[in-house]
Amino acid sequence: MYGEGRAVCLGSDVDTDRIIAGRYLRTRDRALWAAHVFEDLDPTLAPRLKGTVLMAGKNMGCGSSREQAVIALKEAGVVAVVAPSFARIFYRNAINIGLPVIECRVACKEGARVRFNLAEGWVEVDGSRCHATPLSPKMLAILQAGGLVPFWRNHQ
Amino acid sequence: MPTLSERILGAPAGSYVDVPVDRAIAHDGTGVLAHQAFCEMGVRGIRRPECTYLIFDHIAPANTSTTAGLQRELRQFAREQGLTFCDIGTGICHQVMAEGIVRPGEVVVGADSHTCTLGAFGAFATGVGATDMAAIWASGSTWFRVPETIAVRFTGRLRGAAEAKDAALAYVQALGMDGANYRALEFVGDGIASIPMAGRLTLCNMAVETGAKAGLCYPDRETTEYLASFGVEAEMQVPDSPRYVKEISLDLSSLTPLIATGHRVDHVQEVAELAGQPLDQVFVGTCTNGRYEDLLRLSRVVRDRQVKVRTIVVPASRRVLERITAEGILSDLVRAGCVLGPPGCGPCLGAHLGVLGEGETCLSTANRNFVNRMGVGGEILLASVATAAVSALAGEVTVPGVADVR
Repeated sequence: MYGEGRAVCLGSDVDTDRIIAGRYLRTRDRALWAAHVFEDLDPTLAPRLKGTVLMAGKNMGCGSSREQAVIALKEAGVVAVVAPSFARIFYRNAINIGLPVIECRVACKEGARVRFNLAEGWVEVDGSRCHATPLSPKMLAILQAGGLVPFWRNHQ
Repeated sequence: MPTLSERILGAPAGSYVDVPVDRAIAHDGTGVLAHQAFCEMGVRGIRRPECTYLIFDHIAPANTSTTAGLQRELRQFAREQGLTFCDIGTGICHQVMAEGIVRPGEVVVGADSHTCTLGAFGAFATGVGATDMAAIWASGSTWFRVPETIAVRFTGRLRGAAEAKDAALAYVQALGMDGANYRALEFVGDGIASIPMAGRLTLCNMAVETGAKAGLCYPDRETTEYLASFGVEAEMQVPDSPRYVKEISLDLSSLTPLIATGHRVDHVQEVAELAGQPLDQVFVGTCTNGRYEDLLRLSRVVRDRQVKVRTIVVPASRRVLERITAEGILSDLVRAGCVLGPPGCGPCLGAHLGVLGEGETCLSTANRNFVNRMGVGGEILLASVATAAVSALAGEVTVPGVADVR
C-alpha cells in the first residue's frame, strides 16, 4: 500500500460541510463534487489537488456522514489524507471508497514530497520518516482491494 | 465491569467485532449513494428487509427535478426490496425510529451522523457512510471497534429556563469537538433521572459533535414508561461500576442558557454575552429540538404575542405535528406569526425551506453551526428552544427567564 504526492496543508477540525457543501449533494455527478471540493474553505484549492497528499490537523472530516466528502477528494486527485486524528465516519468512509487515510502526527510543509506505506505503517515528509498508526487487518484488506465494493465482490 | 457499549457489542473496548444490525436506517440523502454501492456490489436482495428503514427527511419534499428523480429511484428500490419505507412528511429518521421502534440493547446503524440520538434508549446507535450501509443491506451485519467510554455525570436538576439543550451544549464545550473521538459517551448520574426521553434524545443527539461514536443512557423507569406508551415492553438496566477512560461532571442546577457561536459547536457562551445581537431568522426544529415537548415550550412563550423576526417551525415527525395540531399548539404558533414547514430536517443542512442569505444570522435549535451550512455567508447560533422563543419575540438574542417558560 505505497503512495506518494505533494503536501497540501490544512487546519484542524475541517468539517465535511467545508469539504463538500450540502448544496451540492443532490446529484450523482462525481465531477461536480470534485469541482466544488473545499469551496467554502479555499475556493482556489479544487484545481490544485491532483497528485497531492492532504496533511490536515486533528479531527479531520468531522460532522456529517456524507460520503460525497471522501469521493470529492478522490475524484479531485487526492492520493491520501494524513492527520493526527480523523472523525471516525470520515475515516471509515475513506477506507470504504479506497482513499488511503493515515493517522500520523507529523508537521506539514506545503509542497513537500510525501511518501507513505500503509502496510508497513510509515509516512515520510521530505525524507524524514515517522510512524503511522497501523490499520486493522480488515481495514487494510478493504483498502488494498480498492474499497468495500470491490472487497465485497472478491469475497462473494 | 463492562460499559453499556461493551454489554451490547459483547466484547471489551479495543476489540474488533462483527455484529448483526438490528435496525439499519438510511434517508433520501445517503440512500442514493448506498443504493448505487449496493447495485455495484452485485447483490440483488437486502438480507434483512424487516430490519431496514428508508426514511425521506433531508430534502422532503424535493426541491429540484434532479432531487425528485433520485427520490423516485429510491422509492422504486424500496418497493422492490420490501423494506420499511417512510415517504416525505413522516419525519426525521431519528425521531421516527424513536417513536416505539428502537429498543434497549439493540445495535442501530444509520447512514447519518446523528444516529447516535437513539442511544437515549440504551441502544448502541451510530452513524456510518453510504457504502457501509450498502454492505449492511447486503450482509445484515457490520464491523466495529468496541469503543472506550467517557462518562458524562449529571448531578442536580435543571432550573430556571435551562433545558436539556443547554446541558448538551455544556458537555460539548467541556469535551471539545474531538474530545470523544472514537469513544462512546455514557450519560449517568442522579441528574439523568429527572430528564425526560425528549431531553435524553437531545443529549444523545449531540454526542457526535464531540466526535463520539455513540452516546448512551441506561434504560430506566422513564425509558420503559415512554416505550410502554407505544406498546413496547423493555427492561431497565443500571450501570455496574463500568470502566470509564474519563469522567466529566456537570451540575444541572447551575446551568444557565447557553449559545454556540463562531462556526464551532464547542464555542459555547452564556446567552447573556450575546444579548441584543440582531437576528434575521429563528429556526425551531431538527432531530435535536423538534419534538412535541419542544414545540409545546415554544408555544407557551409566543402564544398571544407576535414574533418580530421570521420564525420557521418544523416538527420532527408527523406524530409530533398531529399532536400539536390536536392540542391547539399549532394554531397558537401560527397566530404568533411562526411559519410551519413539513416534518423533516427543514433548513438545517442548507438545502431548502429557509436557507440564509449573505450576512444573515439565524438562531437555531439544531446541532451544527459550521461555515455556510444553512446558506453561503449565513451565520448560525445554536441554542435552546426557550432561547429561540424569547429571541423570536424580541428579534434579537435574548436570555429566557423563568417567567417565560412557566
